Amino acid sequence: MSVIIILLIVSISIAGGFLFAFLWSVKDGQFDDDQSPAHRILFDDKKIKK
Amino acid sequence: MITNKSTSDRITSCFHCGGDCPSQNISLGDKYFCCNGCKSVYEILNENDLCTYYNLNKNPGVDQKREIRKDKFQFLDNEDIKKKLIQFTNGKQTQLTFYLPQIHCSSCLWLLENLHVLDAGVITARVNFPNKELFISYEEEKTTLRNIVETLTRIGYEPHLSLQEISSKELHKTDRTRWYKIGVAGFCFGNIMLMSFADYLAFNNQVDLKIKLFFNAGSILLSLPILFYCATEFFVSAWHGIKNKFLNIDFPVALALLITFIRSLYEIFSGIGNGYLDSMGGIVFFMLIGRWLQSRTYQTLSFDRDYKSFFPIALNVIKDGCITPIEISKIRQNDLIQIHSNEIIPVDTMLSKGHAKIDYSFVSGESLAVEIKIGDMIYAGGKQLDGLLELIVLKEVSQSYLTNLWNNPVFNKNEYRKENVYDIIGKYFTYVVLLIGIGAGMYWKIQGQNTLMWNAITTVLIVACPCALLLSQNYTNGNIIRIFSRNKFYLRSPDIIEKLTKINHIVLDKTGTLTQSNTSNLRYAGKVFDVSLKTAIASLVKQSSHPISQLIFEYLNCPDVDDVVHYKEIEGLGIEGWVNEHHIKIGSIAYVGGEFVAEKSGSKSVLMIDGEVYGDFMVSNKYRFGVTKLLASLKKKYTLSLLSGDNDAEIQNIQELMGKDSEIYFNHSPQQKLDYIKRLQHEHNLNVMMVGDGLNDAGALKQSDVGIAVADTRNNFTPSSDGIIDGAKLPVLDQFILFAIAGKKIILLTFAVSVTYNIIGLYYAVQGTLSPVIAAILMPCSSISIISLTYGLSAWVSNFYNMDQKN
Repeated sequence: MSVIIILLIVSISIAGGFLFAFLWSVKDGQFDDDQSPAHRILFDDKKIKK
Repeated sequence: MITNKSTSDRITSCFHCGGDCPSQNISLGDKYFCCNGCKSVYEILNENDLCTYYNLNKNPGVDQKREIRKDKFQFLDNEDIKKKLIQFTNGKQTQLTFYLPQIHCSSCLWLLENLHVLDAGVITARVNFPNKELFISYEEEKTTLRNIVETLTRIGYEPHLSLQEISSKELHKTDRTRWYKIGVAGFCFGNIMLMSFADYLAFNNQVDLKIKLFFNAGSILLSLPILFYCATEFFVSAWHGIKNKFLNIDFPVALALLITFIRSLYEIFSGIGNGYLDSMGGIVFFMLIGRWLQSRTYQTLSFDRDYKSFFPIALNVIKDGCITPIEISKIRQNDLIQIHSNEIIPVDTMLSKGHAKIDYSFVSGESLAVEIKIGDMIYAGGKQLDGLLELIVLKEVSQSYLTNLWNNPVFNKNEYRKENVYDIIGKYFTYVVLLIGIGAGMYWKIQGQNTLMWNAITTVLIVACPCALLLSQNYTNGNIIRIFSRNKFYLRSPDIIEKLTKINHIVLDKTGTLTQSNTSNLRYAGKVFDVSLKTAIASLVKQSSHPISQLIFEYLNCPDVDDVVHYKEIEGLGIEGWVNEHHIKIGSIAYVGGEFVAEKSGSKSVLMIDGEVYGDFMVSNKYRFGVTKLLASLKKKYTLSLLSGDNDAEIQNIQELMGKDSEIYFNHSPQQKLDYIKRLQHEHNLNVMMVGDGLNDAGALKQSDVGIAVADTRNNFTPSSDGIIDGAKLPVLDQFILFAIAGKKIILLTFAVSVTYNIIGLYYAVQGTLSPVIAAILMPCSSISIISLTYGLSAWVSNFYNMDQKN
């Protein structure tokens, strides 16, 4: 039965990884502006000549 | 590609901003523009290969009819002022954030983020769309702050630079704690659930002791961050309430959380069971989401503007023949200042040079511009309409007539959230639950079963937690705020919804609220005149810069004018002159003379041609579309009054609109408006809603229970208020109020549903037999069903109040 303990530790650490990723993205400001990225991705990448 | 099909249209629309072109004179190739401003923006973008701007959206620009003078941003060269605007600099690189109210579409985003094409010194430019902010970092060697601002202005995005944003740099901070809390609560709740599940599904407690120990330890560990981090706001709020001597809705919630935690610890350590830690986590998680939904108020709108955000940062001061920009707070008495067209005068001054025509509509509510003679006083807040002025400063900014209003204690009062209806329900709910708990406990005590007594008391408190009330309140209000904002009615906070339902008196402002600001209707009544006479009248009125003359000129709509001889203008009375052998005289009855019976005094000008009275021109305000209907509907439910800073020319119209029972006051100063609201509240015990638009309403808006500001365009600046409504949506204000009342009913209904859940739970609880399994199933089920019920109901009900569901 002790395998369940190992499985649980694994699952919690995976979840913890996601939690960390979420907190990181919040700290990075990804949730501050939920509108511009949606537009930004549609722009052509073509660099504009100066 | 969007092609320009406008040539086939009857009215050509501007390629840049989409506005109507008065003529087809301004064009470039096959593209037409409404004004030279729009054309020059197009030229700049075209030269720099930035025309993708026009491909992303049709007519993305903002109209450029207002010309901006060249040295407007000279003050940005001043190091002191610059220092206050920037966020960071190391001498080489500088960073700052601009507020650009014009940002509205993806074209804006694209163009602004390609700013480096227009100004090589810009390193990065990044738009924050919901906040309408542009973050810029630039190299000091290659460009200057003034250059960047001028470039932005040239392409139609003039940054809003104001004192208020300078004095509070907090504008750029966003609160992310709620996100962290939701993330942590979700993680902990999910994993506690995972571990509790094994226990629920095991029959006859067959779980291995070692595993059980591990699960319990894990649950406790994971519940700690929930209680000590995620749920802190409930404890803090409850404590604040107790300190202010009232029990708010957070109190029973905090109590239930605490008891759940202690009881669970007791159960786990004494080996009786597994406790209710999973339910506790779930409740906190759902409540945090509810709070987040509810607090998603709109950051783009600032509800706390005072006079500072309307005033410029610096003024041009003339000293020893030199013009230097000086920061507004450093302007002293007797300084000589310069004001250009369309600029706001931020201090009380005396006119020393120039032709002053001041628009006071924003500060006093007067609908017509005022002409001022040299040596007369100009009050702070007036806007010069046309031409350059030199003014002598009489009082510093902080002491001027207008800013005095903000010294009123109303503006310094830091309002603590008052007890609302849900707090009261929560309070009684707590009493009842405590009573049931103690009753059940007493029963078991008498029966001599001490353990069951404690079981009963604690489970009752855990099960009957009014979380459902808090949930339904948060989710319903969150949804109502969202539906309101889709309909262009933006509230400062969800508490306002509840306040809206309690209103019983409505006070309205006239200029800019009931009427459209800056537009007046002119009516002519009298004999018809032919084209040559019409041209003659137009030629005469063109000579005068009096606002009424200009209205008449616009009304006549004559392209050509003739010469006027012996032109004479008598200030405040009228004008006369000879055009094409006709003697024309326009002015007040006293001035023109002749037998003409006046129906009512006010803004009326009599027209006399060659000694014969032809008729009269009457200026009346243009009321907003739908105002009649709105007032008729409001009249039925509420008592109304009108406060205006304007003269009483419109009294008959207003009386008709508002009905006989309404109180109507004209010539009210901002202070008088504030006092009037105070009187209504204290002497008549009324809950007052104030609807206004200008700075002159600022005091009244603040004093009233609900202050609603009316804004006409997206970029309009409104004074501090509880809510902002789009001018076009004002006619359905009554629907908004009715919807808010319906929202309150929804909350109470869903609460009743949750009480049913509670009774089922209590049935087991008082017997002391509620197993964690039932609690674990009952609690999330009730939460989720409450959430979907309140969300669905509020969306469905909104249909009955003609609310738009889409953006």
